[in-house]
Amino acid sequence: MKLVYEESQPGRRASSLPQPDLPAGEVPDALRRSSPPRLPEISEPELVRHFTALADRTFGIDTGFYPLGSCTMKHNPRVNERVVNLPGFRDLHPLQEEDASQGALELMWRLQEILAEVVGLPAVSLQPAAGSQGELTGLLLMRAYFADRGEGDLRRQIVIPDTAHGTNPASVTMAGYQLVDVKTDPRGNVDLEDLRGKVGPQTAGLMLTNPSTLGLFDEGIEEITRIFHEAGALMYYDGANLNAICGISRPGDFGFDIVHFNLHKTFSQPHGGGGPGGGPIAVRERLEPYLPVPAVVRDGDTFRLDYGRPKTIGKVRGFCGPFGVFVRSYAYIRSYGPALREMSEVAVLNANYLLARLKDTYEAPFDRLCMHEFVLSGRGLKREHGVTTLDVAKRLMDYRFHPPTIYFPLIVPEALMIEPTETEAKETLDAFADAMLEIAREAGERPELLKEAPHVRPVKRLDEVRAAKQPIVRYRFDGHQDPQDVAREPRPLEAQKGV
Amino acid sequence: MSFLSLTERDREQMLETIGVGSIDELFEQIPEGVRLGRALDLEPALSEPELVAHLTELASRNVDTGREVSFLGAGIYDHYVPAVVDAVLARGEFLTAYTPYQPEMSQGVLQAIFEYQTAICELTSMDVSNASGYDGTTVAADACYLARQATGRSTVVLAEALNPQVRQVVKTYAPGFGLDVVEVPHRDGTTDPDELRAAAGDAACVIFQQPNFFGCLEPAPDLAAAANDAGALPVAHVDPVSLGVLEAPGAYGCSIAIGEGQSAGNFQSYGGPHYGFFAARSEFIRRMPGRISGETVDSDGKRGFVLTLQTREQHIRREKATSNITTNQTLLALAGLVHLSWLGPQGLRELGETCLALSRYAKDRLADAGLELVFPDKATFKEFAVRVGRPAKSAIGDARAAGINPGYALGRDYAGLDDALLVAVTEKRTTAEIDRLIEVLAA
Repeated sequence: MKLVYEESQPGRRASSLPQPDLPAGEVPDALRRSSPPRLPEISEPELVRHFTALADRTFGIDTGFYPLGSCTMKHNPRVNERVVNLPGFRDLHPLQEEDASQGALELMWRLQEILAEVVGLPAVSLQPAAGSQGELTGLLLMRAYFADRGEGDLRRQIVIPDTAHGTNPASVTMAGYQLVDVKTDPRGNVDLEDLRGKVGPQTAGLMLTNPSTLGLFDEGIEEITRIFHEAGALMYYDGANLNAICGISRPGDFGFDIVHFNLHKTFSQPHGGGGPGGGPIAVRERLEPYLPVPAVVRDGDTFRLDYGRPKTIGKVRGFCGPFGVFVRSYAYIRSYGPALREMSEVAVLNANYLLARLKDTYEAPFDRLCMHEFVLSGRGLKREHGVTTLDVAKRLMDYRFHPPTIYFPLIVPEALMIEPTETEAKETLDAFADAMLEIAREAGERPELLKEAPHVRPVKRLDEVRAAKQPIVRYRFDGHQDPQDVAREPRPLEAQKGV
Repeated sequence: MSFLSLTERDREQMLETIGVGSIDELFEQIPEGVRLGRALDLEPALSEPELVAHLTELASRNVDTGREVSFLGAGIYDHYVPAVVDAVLARGEFLTAYTPYQPEMSQGVLQAIFEYQTAICELTSMDVSNASGYDGTTVAADACYLARQATGRSTVVLAEALNPQVRQVVKTYAPGFGLDVVEVPHRDGTTDPDELRAAAGDAACVIFQQPNFFGCLEPAPDLAAAANDAGALPVAHVDPVSLGVLEAPGAYGCSIAIGEGQSAGNFQSYGGPHYGFFAARSEFIRRMPGRISGETVDSDGKRGFVLTLQTREQHIRREKATSNITTNQTLLALAGLVHLSWLGPQGLRELGETCLALSRYAKDRLADAGLELVFPDKATFKEFAVRVGRPAKSAIGDARAAGINPGYALGRDYAGLDDALLVAVTEKRTTAEIDRLIEVLAA
């Protein structure tokens, strides 16, 4: 389909704006725009159709099952959209006086209290904008903490398992720390022997996702804690997989000092095609003085912003963080109350059910029950039929499912990482399992069906190598090389349904 | 609460398939010693009507810009958000999609990101834009990280007239990046190019804001030239809705253009979620932070879009990545694209001219009323600083009692400006509202 720029016609517009009858404001000639930006010129009817057509070509959790491992694609309740659009939230300026933003402050304070209880750590900052920023914030807290104790120059290393999300090592570098990798043992736990050799007085901390990206709770967690605490190091909990353990186990209780939450995973902030997210952190008392400012605090019946933290690391984002995300997540948690535990229980039940249905056909690298997600390997299909995990993923699209996360974690060859979440019905899980089994059969009988998949999407398999080798990352107007079809093709029925 | 879909019968059948007797058995891999063993101490669940009532009560204790006439800006503005933005963002396909890792499932959002990148490049006259950063503060830190890697230099220079929160965020990130931060004071509301040049001698980049935090127009081409002279990358922090009337950073020699996107398409929302934009010249394309959508073809040669240049990113490059960002602000950036498409070049220019004219009207009336502008000789865009002849805080209190929020107390961030208000005038304000503002401030 055409780009919005290709639909433009000079002289068309959608906007109408107030144009007061006043003398013009003055801009020095040297600072005045010399040639206008080539923004779309389009009428409102065409504008709405254009973006509706783009929506039709996008698959969300509203469209269908989205078992993207480690992303926790659960249903996003619509009541959350209603409340976040209340004018008292939506049209509130972040620098409004405190006496005129008591509702917002109270909501944030209440969310802090809830998050503290969920992970068993007392002090919360809602400010980080996403999980990876929560990670960086946590590492900057470690820096500030050790610098304050005179150990800043000594403790330079952060230990990370080889199953970690890529954000962990990237955050370590951005925080100015050195990375130390630790291996995974044959049961999918952190290899304790390897770990013991890598933790010492040079260690600032550990970053651990638990359950791990293998979907397994680390059975040696108590020993891991002992090792780090004996070394005087801190422990950081990556909360990407918190959906597995709410109300069941708390990172603060098993030794972690810093936790980040992914509000867009566990607590149902819609992911918006790539964001927004929310990455609050919770910490133990000894780290509270270093948290970002402002803190949201309660004084009797009123709430205020407290900038009085002399040891703060500063600010990691503007204002108090992504407030609209807080409204949705607060609403989500209040819908559950203490039954958050049931949310995690069903997430784990759904994952184990799918694992049970698939593990005889696809290889399960670890013969254990899983938590909220699990990893399969497609190496058998590759060995026997020359069909890759990428082919399986693309073929799933023809069955109207979003593929799982693939080729991650890195330690499992041809990995398929599947996270169904708690909100799916058994019928949906069965339909997905049936599709996976059917695809495995197809791999043997008609492998070309997989290799040429997808067949029913608006485009066939895309050339990612070409995109990276000759990057075209913006429309170039008259200078833009026309691809083969710029004509606006009639949309097939399937695309209109958005599948 | 009804977000779960399993019946009791489903659960029994599923447990049987798994081969366990109860849900508790699934959790036996968690060592006994680290299980909670009690219910979470949370308030009881609310039904949907109760939930809406509770949140409506909380919202009612906020005074939003529908309940008072707002001249409050300082980085977040009460601009009009067109209805088409609401309509597009309410589409569940956009709202509830994840990052487009599987491009064939996500052509719509990938094309929207490509169109957004084009709009940002056009606004800023840059060659490449990413899919968005968190907000207008973190993109400044991203720019410093890029500049550090690109130049090998270990200092960054910030204009003091750059938004204080942006400076604070850069200072928070800087130690991790191995960067020292130097600030160049403003001179009568703007930055002196010679002072900037002198400070930038061994700097990786220089960040200034146009219009700056005081609303004043910086001599931006001279500042960019000063940075270039010193071998530092010039970075302009710009307001997207100003770029119909103000010159684009790419046209005056900047290497990178960044900014807070809220003015284009986002509600104020107590500070977020919004989006930060990040655009640069093509030479920095492989050093960009964050996601980038690129054009390619499918196996039939038909145009399509994918996330591209991913070898920059954390999931491939891990500790050597150009950034740790994964989740960005795609939905808010989409809102920006829709707003900018709604405006078009003509609408964007009109919006800028309206802000200019209304703020000129406000400045003229304030002067007529005997109030003194803090920087009377400086041109401004939609925001300006005025002395109110008493502590700004008390002027704010009095004005708010009359239903007007008159602006931001500059003394919170700048010494010697305790009697100064930063007043923002968007296209939503009327001359009648401005007259009322003058009335309460002059009283």
